[in-house]
Amino acid sequence: MPNDRLKDNVLIKVENLHTHFFTEDGVVQAVNGVDFAIREGEVMGLVGESGSGKSVTSLSIMRLLGASGKIVDGKVWLKGRDLSQLTEEEMVKIRGNEISMIFQQPTSCLNPVFQIGAQVAEVMEIHQGLGREDAWQQAIEMFRKVGIPDPEGRARNFPHEISGGQAQRVMIAMALSTVPDLLIADEPTTALDVTIQAQILDLMRRLRTETGTAILLITHDMGVIAEMADNVAVMYAGQIVEYTDVNTLFETQLHPYTEGLLAAIPVLGEVRDTLAVIPGSVPNLINLPPGCKFHPRCPYAKPVCVAEMPRLDEVQPGHKVRCHMRLPETMDQWAGVGRADWHFFGDEVMEVVEMAGEAQS
Amino acid sequence: MTATARTIGPSSRAEDATQESQVRVVFRRFRRHRLAVISAILLLVIFGASLLAPVITTFPRDAIDVSSPERPAPPGTVSRDGRMHLLGVDHLGRDLFTRVLYAARVSLTIAFLVVLISETFGSLLGAVAGFYGGRVDMILSRINEFMLTIPQLPILLIISAILLKRDVVLPMPGFVSRLLSALLLAPEREAQKVVVLVLILVLFGWLSAFRLMRGMALTLSKQDFVEALRAAGSSDARIIFRHIVPNGIAPILVSASLNLGAVIVLESALSFLGLGVQDPTPTWGNMLDFARSYMFKHPWLPLVPGIPLVIVSMGFNFIGDGLRDALDPRLKR
Repeated sequence: MPNDRLKDNVLIKVENLHTHFFTEDGVVQAVNGVDFAIREGEVMGLVGESGSGKSVTSLSIMRLLGASGKIVDGKVWLKGRDLSQLTEEEMVKIRGNEISMIFQQPTSCLNPVFQIGAQVAEVMEIHQGLGREDAWQQAIEMFRKVGIPDPEGRARNFPHEISGGQAQRVMIAMALSTVPDLLIADEPTTALDVTIQAQILDLMRRLRTETGTAILLITHDMGVIAEMADNVAVMYAGQIVEYTDVNTLFETQLHPYTEGLLAAIPVLGEVRDTLAVIPGSVPNLINLPPGCKFHPRCPYAKPVCVAEMPRLDEVQPGHKVRCHMRLPETMDQWAGVGRADWHFFGDEVMEVVEMAGEAQS
Repeated sequence: MTATARTIGPSSRAEDATQESQVRVVFRRFRRHRLAVISAILLLVIFGASLLAPVITTFPRDAIDVSSPERPAPPGTVSRDGRMHLLGVDHLGRDLFTRVLYAARVSLTIAFLVVLISETFGSLLGAVAGFYGGRVDMILSRINEFMLTIPQLPILLIISAILLKRDVVLPMPGFVSRLLSALLLAPEREAQKVVVLVLILVLFGWLSAFRLMRGMALTLSKQDFVEALRAAGSSDARIIFRHIVPNGIAPILVSASLNLGAVIVLESALSFLGLGVQDPTPTWGNMLDFARSYMFKHPWLPLVPGIPLVIVSMGFNFIGDGLRDALDPRLKR
């Protein structure tokens, strides 16, 4: 069991996080009351479609929301300190030091005009006060650790001279050079091809074991979740709709959205005429639907779903869900309802897929 | 490029290879631009001659040769004491070859100082404006645009008339005026007045660098690597000065070399109008001013400072063109 390794100390705790973006078109409610905790050394997966608020949640933790984004409510506790209350100067010391981050497009995350070794060294100069020469040596050491061949030579390369997979290794080297408590990996393998993907995941797993760094893994790839995560939070429209450990999630999905997500994974070798999709697409975050945010796309929806927003409730030990179907006071309404069929035929699929748009991206 | 060769080659020496090859590529591309190379050679000759002025000519800068047969006198005039004036003497009897060399020191020093200060100042300010955007950008850009819309020369004339004609000297640390006086081979008092002129020219000099760097910072600040730098704990100042400015330095270099020519002409124009550097400090501009009164009788007089002036300002323009091509990463070979 992956959970045996986990210590019980809570490293980071996000409480009732609300993050909004104030734009000309209106207020984009990107995150609407997210709660979760990550223990030391834990890998927590955050899944959901594009626009579900996964990335904004991580950027809120880092306080990197830009000029228009604002944490309007909630707290982010890192080892007893509320990050949402810190000054920018204090945050600068935490970023890259206690919390590091890696991104989806590794190559474009490196400054094109500097050698990659210098860029990794710079992080150590900032946070560990190393001299230039020491930092350079440390950078080469990190390159060796993340499996970059010929680290001394490669350190002199410029970003355009290395491949995407190598660039992600460089980013990981940079992120872990300061031995952070938490690594936020925002779709770290999405831009890489499958074999490189596997290598990067292997590397992250190995480094996690070596350094004990907790990882917040943001992805929409259920395969990556299955391989990496201890616990999983499923996000929809800026809320967590389901939270449990990874094994339980793949066995029993309590939320219809999670059910749809997993149904949509094609099974290798299986030939069928239908395609599983979640109809419709993510709601407009400026103008969210009333009640349960998922009801317009939910095959199980009943009037209560439109009328009232369900709360996130621990309906089974360690398994939280935000759905009227599972809440004790309303679950009777679904007595005798069977599992929905997420599969659609030919023309239907085209229509649904078109509607779904981003959902599959 | 040589990227593939480098990655395959032995690693221990890859360091120097990488660093050097970047410079070498630029140099090789620059060499293909024939006019730029010719200009560079001519400019080097003029720089060298002006640096070696006290060695090349035996006349003191301001010495009046009373034994000259006429004043002004044409090139090649031999005075009664047997010394030859290679380019003749001016209306006061001062050796023109000597003065044109010393003037080169002054004109070039002013040009380099003005360009160095204004490109640095302009691009740092531009980087800040482009990076932060919003209100900071609004204010800085409006100031910039305001300065661009007002006609430069009349304003410069007014300011120089006030400051230079009244002998206003700004307080400055002693080493500045001493350094400058050594550079110009002129008394400290003259050097201090040159500083005033430099600052007057910087007043309008920073505008183009600001716009250039602001535009680049605007796009650069939205790139992923800036976000990654923030996530790695870089402060805004570090991102702006250590990462954004170096990314935009190539176009600034080109604009600097183009501006060098423009500043030399502008300084000459001010001096020509009697409002720049004042006699006895020679510049190409005030030498032209004196030549004006005699140019119909002695047509060689304006040519003495005029020819190097044209060569230098055109030369910097050609070099700028050459640099632009050489630094353009889109041209591979």
